[in-house]
Order: sequence, then structure tokens, then C-alpha cells
Amino acid sequence: MTAVATLKTWTGAALAAPVVWLASIVNVPLKWWQRATGTGGMAAFFLAPNMAIFGIFVLVPLVINFFYSATSGTAYFLQDRTYVGLEQYQRLLDCGNYLDTATCREDLFWKAVHNTGLFVLVQVALLTVVSMITALILNREIVGRSFWRAVFFFPVLLSPVVTGLIWRWILQRQGLLNLIVHDLGGDPYNWLTDRFWAFTAAVSVSVWAHMGFYTLILLAGLQAIPRDLYEAAEMDGTKPARGFWRITLPLLMPNLLVVIVLALIRAVQIFDEVYVLTGGGPGTSTLYLTQYIYEIGFASLLRNPGLASAASILMGLVLVVLTLLQLQVGRRGERKGARE
Amino acid sequence: MSGVTTFLTRRRGGRFWHWTDIVSWLWLVGGLVIMFGPAVWLVGSSFKTPAQLAEFPPTILPYVSQQASVEGHDKPLTLYRVKQADGSTKVMAEVRRIGIVAQMVDPKAPKDIIKVNIADRQPVREIGFATGNYTEPFVHFDFMRYLRNSVFVTAMATLITLLTNSMAAFALSKYKFRGRDLTMLLIVGTLMVPLSVILVPLYSVVSAVGLLDSLWGVILPTVATPTGVFLLRQYMLTIPDELLDAARMDNASEWQIYWRIVLPLAAPALAVLAIFSVVWRWNDFLWPLVVLSRKELYTLQVGLNTYAGQLNVQWHYILAMTVVTMIPVVLVFVFLQRYITSGIAGTGLK
Amino acid sequence: MGRITLTNIDRAYGKVKILHDINLDVGDGEMLVLVGPSGCGKSTLLRLIAGLDRPTGGKIEIDGADVTEVSAAQRGLAMVFQSYALYPHMSVRQNLAFGLENIRTPKAEIDQRIAEAARMLEIAPYLDRRPGQLSGGQKQRVAIGRAVVRNPTAFLLDEPLSNLDAELRISTRAELAALHKRLATTMIYVTHDQVEAMTLADRIVVMRAGKVEQVGRPLDLYNAPANLFVAGFIGAPRMNLLPVKVRSVGANEVTVEGPGGLSARVAAEGTALKPGDNATLGIRPHDIELSDGGKGSLEAQVTLAEALGPETVVHATIAGDNKLVAVLKRQGVETQGAPLSLALPPERMHLFDSAGLRVASH
Repeated sequence: MTAVATLKTWTGAALAAPVVWLASIVNVPLKWWQRATGTGGMAAFFLAPNMAIFGIFVLVPLVINFFYSATSGTAYFLQDRTYVGLEQYQRLLDCGNYLDTATCREDLFWKAVHNTGLFVLVQVALLTVVSMITALILNREIVGRSFWRAVFFFPVLLSPVVTGLIWRWILQRQGLLNLIVHDLGGDPYNWLTDRFWAFTAAVSVSVWAHMGFYTLILLAGLQAIPRDLYEAAEMDGTKPARGFWRITLPLLMPNLLVVIVLALIRAVQIFDEVYVLTGGGPGTSTLYLTQYIYEIGFASLLRNPGLASAASILMGLVLVVLTLLQLQVGRRGERKGARE
Repeated sequence: MSGVTTFLTRRRGGRFWHWTDIVSWLWLVGGLVIMFGPAVWLVGSSFKTPAQLAEFPPTILPYVSQQASVEGHDKPLTLYRVKQADGSTKVMAEVRRIGIVAQMVDPKAPKDIIKVNIADRQPVREIGFATGNYTEPFVHFDFMRYLRNSVFVTAMATLITLLTNSMAAFALSKYKFRGRDLTMLLIVGTLMVPLSVILVPLYSVVSAVGLLDSLWGVILPTVATPTGVFLLRQYMLTIPDELLDAARMDNASEWQIYWRIVLPLAAPALAVLAIFSVVWRWNDFLWPLVVLSRKELYTLQVGLNTYAGQLNVQWHYILAMTVVTMIPVVLVFVFLQRYITSGIAGTGLK
Repeated sequence: MGRITLTNIDRAYGKVKILHDINLDVGDGEMLVLVGPSGCGKSTLLRLIAGLDRPTGGKIEIDGADVTEVSAAQRGLAMVFQSYALYPHMSVRQNLAFGLENIRTPKAEIDQRIAEAARMLEIAPYLDRRPGQLSGGQKQRVAIGRAVVRNPTAFLLDEPLSNLDAELRISTRAELAALHKRLATTMIYVTHDQVEAMTLADRIVVMRAGKVEQVGRPLDLYNAPANLFVAGFIGAPRMNLLPVKVRSVGANEVTVEGPGGLSARVAAEGTALKPGDNATLGIRPHDIELSDGGKGSLEAQVTLAEALGPETVVHATIAGDNKLVAVLKRQGVETQGAPLSLALPPERMHLFDSAGLRVASH
């Protein structure tokens, strides 16, 4: 054994020793527990830590959310809050005309709903198309496919804060985009202070950040389509475009549906990168639902956790519908797979 | 070269470029620029001085102004290229500046002060890196602390996630007990409960158990990830039960079976979960933002956002710290990207 | 010591009964083979003995001590699994040592026992390899080695040869027999292969659908199968079974008539058979002889002749649709469609009543 290998072994052993020792210590009381309760008791033991954390931090909040939405006040402890029944929901849904936020009592909420709706529509459509094109291109017999796949995947790993800051830096007045505009003979512009451009930036940046993920799913689907189908089609004299519409698209449909529903679910919850990029502005033009919940729940002076809770439950309902849709889609895909 | 040729002559066959080849090629190269360009621009900008950052049009590369020590002056003076009346240029050093007029000297004749309109001069610059952008925030700001907090949160959350999730997955994949299917249903059912839906009640629960304004308050709500349990369970189902029976015949206790047999064999799935967990926890933003109100507890993401949200944004520091925040993720990308992409393609998890 | 006694063992999963009232007594040092078609409950029975599963009723004793509720680890047994179940992340040496470490055997003794087992099983050259780097036969030896080092009260072997190729299976079978002689430890061996059962067993337990059909020494089972199932299961090719009618019942013999003019007198004492009863006549293919076409011979029609060299397996039909297989000690003269005269020696015949139970006894 070389010196380096020896060193490695010894370092590994030294690092592992306390963990191994701890595990063997744990083993002693557990043996008693096992003898006393049998394997059923051991199952309980293995489940306990995860389920305790899961119960406290997921299930309990999920349940008491409903109680929150039925109380008012600025206190966070349930016992300090006043029961008001469905008042918070009435307040949220009190609207002369749902299409005109000015007629709504909680106009900010409806502003956020409208913004989110538009964002979801545009972003999911763009995301799906861009991911689809990229996946189709990556599925061709290109050299270095894994390299190109990695290229498009890179932004997926970046934190939303970093993503937001990078693009804020590029879109600011002395930024890269204005340099390009300048070189093309245009005048620099304050992109993020313009309602239209701020929205466009929010959509584009989130597509930039997430497309790699959806490309991967679609690419996996494309690679699962047997090559000989195309060869058979070629033997039949099928034109490539027709091959895409009649072979690729139908066979890719399950993956495509999963991508669309997943993208919908995530787009409804959009927050971090847009919040860092625009802060919801200019004005309220990029204020989305999660930011509304965050600000009403915690940040604003007019703090109202009950209202935020009610809004989050309404958003949750939309997500539940989308999730059921996804399960449905997934099951259909599964059944289809089983038949083939 | 042969690689390029192969690339250009696949499916459509033949020696000629089909239009789809050109489109694909443009798309890929365009993608390369758009995906990596912003990050490269960020890194480049992070080495610029504040003065340079305020310039328009911006330069691609970072420069620093040249300075020279001139006789009769204690500090080194900044050099400028000054346009003379006759149209030629001359390198001069700035002594002081009053409004749009600068008092300058020729370094070779340091006695004579010449007044120059600042429109008639250009700083003498060379490519250089303002490394102070990186070192100063650690000294003047709390970035060292934020970095430490982020590392602590990421490391602890990942360790606890691996331990608790693998234990639960072991129970759910290798034991038959009443309520197992219900437990599994509960876990899968909440797979899609996003943080934003339970933000307010979760905050109150965390405050009720006294974890508000503590890093554990950031860590614990994130560790019981249904995704992790699900991923590990699916993997453990592929470990044959006969191995566990063999260990039972070998006098191993159930804990030893978990620790010495199942855990080592689930290492590939654990590695995937560990990588995901590190990226998730490092990038977490909304939850730490809600839980942490004391500045010294901020994680990098929250700290960065706070500094970037100040009225007077000190971009030179922000950019440098953004790069620092990006580094672990870039390392993961460079070395472990393969595992992540196969993990996503296999399970659709993110 | 390694005496294992099962009394009235039942095992049910919900409403489905896997084992019905099993009673067995395995003597110390005995090689007992549990054999039966897949799904007959033989593996479940082995897992009950091992302690990996609990019976829903009945009692398991090892050397007189009731171990029904004792965990697998405490029973002092060792098991060899069908898939070998070697820990893939440990070296061969660690695989062998794992069980001994768990009962805190001193390091020196572990080393000594491993060395001994390695020498006996010839696995010493790859003690430091991982199971993934071993061939099927080597894995097999390691799996046995893992059981041997434990010095168990008894070995439980669950189809240990079924993952080996045909040639290796035969040589390993012989080695297992030798190992059993040498260790003289009780072994309970589960297989679906009746050849393995015949060659290895001191006693065979034939099981079907959760019940014991017959227990006995291999040749006893071969020569005097207790019922139609055992008759068909033990011996290859399978015993020929022909439908017959009882014509007359004597003091110590029964005369039966069958298809194609078959008529035979089979020895039987004190039978409840009456003239006119339906019965089944059995005769092993190896017991059928060629005849010169005289009295008592059976005229058959050859459908297929397989020449194996030393013998020829002839598939034939009698009187249209009764199939018969004969193994003739000569090289193929028979061709498809040719007539053939066969003689069935009465002393080699087995008679079963309409319930499928043995009538004739030798």
C-alpha cells in the first residue's frame, strides 16, 4: 500500500470511528427495545423521528391553517386571536367585478391573482415550447449531448436570489442589455421600471432558470421512443414533419402533460427570483400570490395573518386541483405504458 | 474536426447541411451564450471598481486605473491620457479635481500644474482585478457570519434529512405493519404541499416550539421531506429481503441490519438525496426570510437580498458576494451534475 | 446436538392456509430433504424452523427446548439462501465474520474459524474479494462457508443449488454430501428437484399444498410410493399410470384389467378393493421390458423414440389414447408409428385405489 492510500484509509477510519461508535452505542438500548416490542416496535422506532418532524412541521400547520383563516388580529398565537368565521374569505372575495381590481375590497389580492394568472399562462406556454425545442434538438444525434444537456441545466441549480441578482445587474441602467442596445445604436433604458418590460423580464428570467429541468424530463421521454419506429416510418416514406406530429408527439404526450402540470404548479407559487428581481414592482405590476401572502402575513404594516392564511388556502385549493390533475395524467401515462 | 463533421451530418444524412442542422446549431450555441453569459458577466463585473461599475457603456473586462508616484506628492496619483491643444495626447497625473476642471502635472516635470477640462482626458487603465470587492465584505459586513450560517444550515439539514428519511424509508420498505399504507399515503399526499400554502401556521408552530430566530427553526421544517422518503423507499425496495433474513440468521439486530446492511447498500440513492438536499438548503430563501429577523442569523441568501434591497446598493460588494454564494452550486454542477440529471430523469424530482 | 421436532405446525396468511398440521421429527445429524412442487409450502416451513417467520399454530422444539417464540438469532441455526444473500458491500472475509462479530466472538477465534472454513471449502484465494467479483459456484461456497463458521446446531438450506448450471450442480451436490458426512450436523434441505432429494437425503419429506404426503428413506419412497402424487413426483421419467378395473380380489393378490388387453395380477394383502372398482396401475418406465409378442404382452404404437446411447426412451400409446413411456436397455430400432410388444412385470407394478392411495405392497 502506498503512503497516500494508507493515509486515506487511516483518515477514513478516524472520521468514521465516532459515527460507528455512536451507532454501536445506540444498538444496546435498541436490542432491549426490539426484544420487548418485536419487529413491530422497531418499525415504530424507525418511523418515529421522521414522522414526528413531519407531523409537527407539515401536518399540524396544514390543519391549523384553517383555524387561522377563521380568525383576525395581528397575533401569531392561535389563543390570542379572535374567531371571525368566514369573514376573511368574505373580505378576499368581496368584489364588484372580478375582472376589475378597483372594485374589490382586497384589491391587492386580486391584483396578485390577475398578475399570477397572466404570468402562469405566458410563462408555462413559453417554458413548454422552449423546453420542447431544446429537448428535440438534444435528442438528435449530436456530438457531446451530455455537455449540451448540462449547458441548459446549469441555471436550474442557481439559487433564486442569485438568479434575481444576476438579471437585475444585467437589466439595470448601466447593464449588459443596455450595452447591447447602445452598440446597436439605441438609447439605454431602465427596463425594470417599465410595467411591460418588468413583466417580460419576470417571465423570461423564470423560463431561463427552470427550462433545463423540463428539458430533462422531455428528453428522457424522447429517448424512450424506440428508434425503429422512425426507421419504419422512413421505410414507409413518412416525411419528418409528419413523423413528428404522428409519432413523436403522441408518444411523448404523457411526459409533455407531466411537464405542463408541473410547470403550472410551480408557476402558481412563483416568488423568490421575481421578488429579488423586481420586488413586485414597478408599483404592483409583478406582485404575485406568494409575495402577497408573505407581505400580508409578515412584512407589511397592515399585517393580517388570518387574511394571508385564507389567501394561502385559496391558493392551496388551486394547487390541489392541479396535483389531482397530475396524478390523473401520471396514472394515464402508466396505464398506457402497461398496455404497450 | 471530425466531431464537428459528425455533428453536422447526422440524421438527415448526406454531405449537405439541412436547414434543421443550422437551426439546431444556432440554438445550441445561442443557448450556451444565454445560459452561461449572465454568470460570466457577473463574475467579470464582480472584479470591477465602483467607479467602473457606474460607467456607461460598460466594458467587458475589468480594468484598474494606473497610478504613479510623483515627486512632491505622498500618495500615488492616478494617470490620465490628456488631449493636448495640438491634438496629440500626453500622460499626466491628477493632483486634485475641482468641478469639471482637474489640476494635473506631468510626471516628468512635477512642478508645473496644468488645468485640464475633464472632458479632454481619459484614465490610463490596464486589465486588473478589484479583489477588494471580495475581501472587504468579510471584514466590514457580516458576510463571514452569513457564510457560516449557510454552511451550518446546509450541513445539519442534509445530515438530519439523510438519517431520518432513510430510517423512515427502511421501515416503510422492509416491514409489514398496520398503518403502513396509510403512512405512505400521508407522505405522498403532502408531497405537493408547498411552503407558501402553510407559511403562516408554520411560522406560528415554529414560534410556539421556541425556534423562532434560530437556525434550527430554519433547519427542522425542511428535513422531513416526503421526496427524500419516497426516493429512498423506492430504492430500498430493490434490496432483496433475503439479505435481511441472512443478517437476522447472523444474529444482527434490526438496528444493525439498518446500519450495516441497508444503509451501505442504499448509498447511491443517499448520495443523490444528499446532493439535492445540499442544493435545496443552500438555495432556500423564503423560509429563512420569514423565520430569521436577527441580522446575525441571516443565511447568505437572505443577507444578500437584504444588502441588495438597501437604498444605496453597493453593487461591487453585492456582485462579489453573489459569486461567492454561487460557488458551491457551481462545484456541484461541475462534479455531480451527472447524478442530478439522472436523478431527475428517473424520478422527476427537483 | 441438533434434534428438531415440529408438532402440529400451521401457518396461514389471513384466510389462506399455507401449512396444515405438519409433524416432523428430525434426528441429530440427519440430512432431511423437503421436496415438492413450487408453492407447496416447503420454503415457508424452512423459514418457520429458522425463526424468520412465526407459525400460527403448533410447536417447534430444538433439542427438546420450545423455541416457537424465540427469535432467529437465538436459535443457533444457520441458513444458506437460494440467492446466496451474500452482503454485496462486504468482502468474503467480512461476510464470514459478520455473524460471529454480532455474537462478540473473540477476534482470534473468528480468524481461526474463517481459516478453517476457507480451507475446507477452498475459498481461501478470494477471501478479500467482494461477492460481485465471484462466479456462481464460488458465491455458493461462500454462502455455505458463512453458515459453517457459525458452528450451528443445524443447517437450513433453501434450494442452494438452483442458481448453478447443470454441471456445477452435480459436482456441488456431491461436495455437499461429503460436507454433511464430515460435519455430521443436522441439515434440512429444501428443493423442488427430486434427483437432489434422492441423492442427498437420509430421509425425504414429500410435500404438496401445505401437507406432508410421505416421509421416508429415498429408496422406500421410490419402491413404495404411498400415493399417486409421490409415485409421480419421485423418479424420472415419471411413473406410467394406467386406468384399470378390478376383476377379482384374492387373498393376497388383485387381478386387474386395463386398456389394450392388459391383464395383471398384483400382490396385495387385506385390501378393501372389490371387483368392478376403478383403480390406477403404475409402472416405472425402467421396469418395462420388450416382449416377443406372446401371451400377456401389450401391443403399443411408437410415437417417438429418443436414443440416448445406453438406453432408448420410447414414447408409445396403447389402445389409442393411453400414453406410455418405456426406457429400453438397447439402441434404437423403434421408429415412429411402428408397433411394439411390451411386457409389464407384475412384481414391479404399483396399484392405487380410486382415492389415489397405494394398495399393493411388496
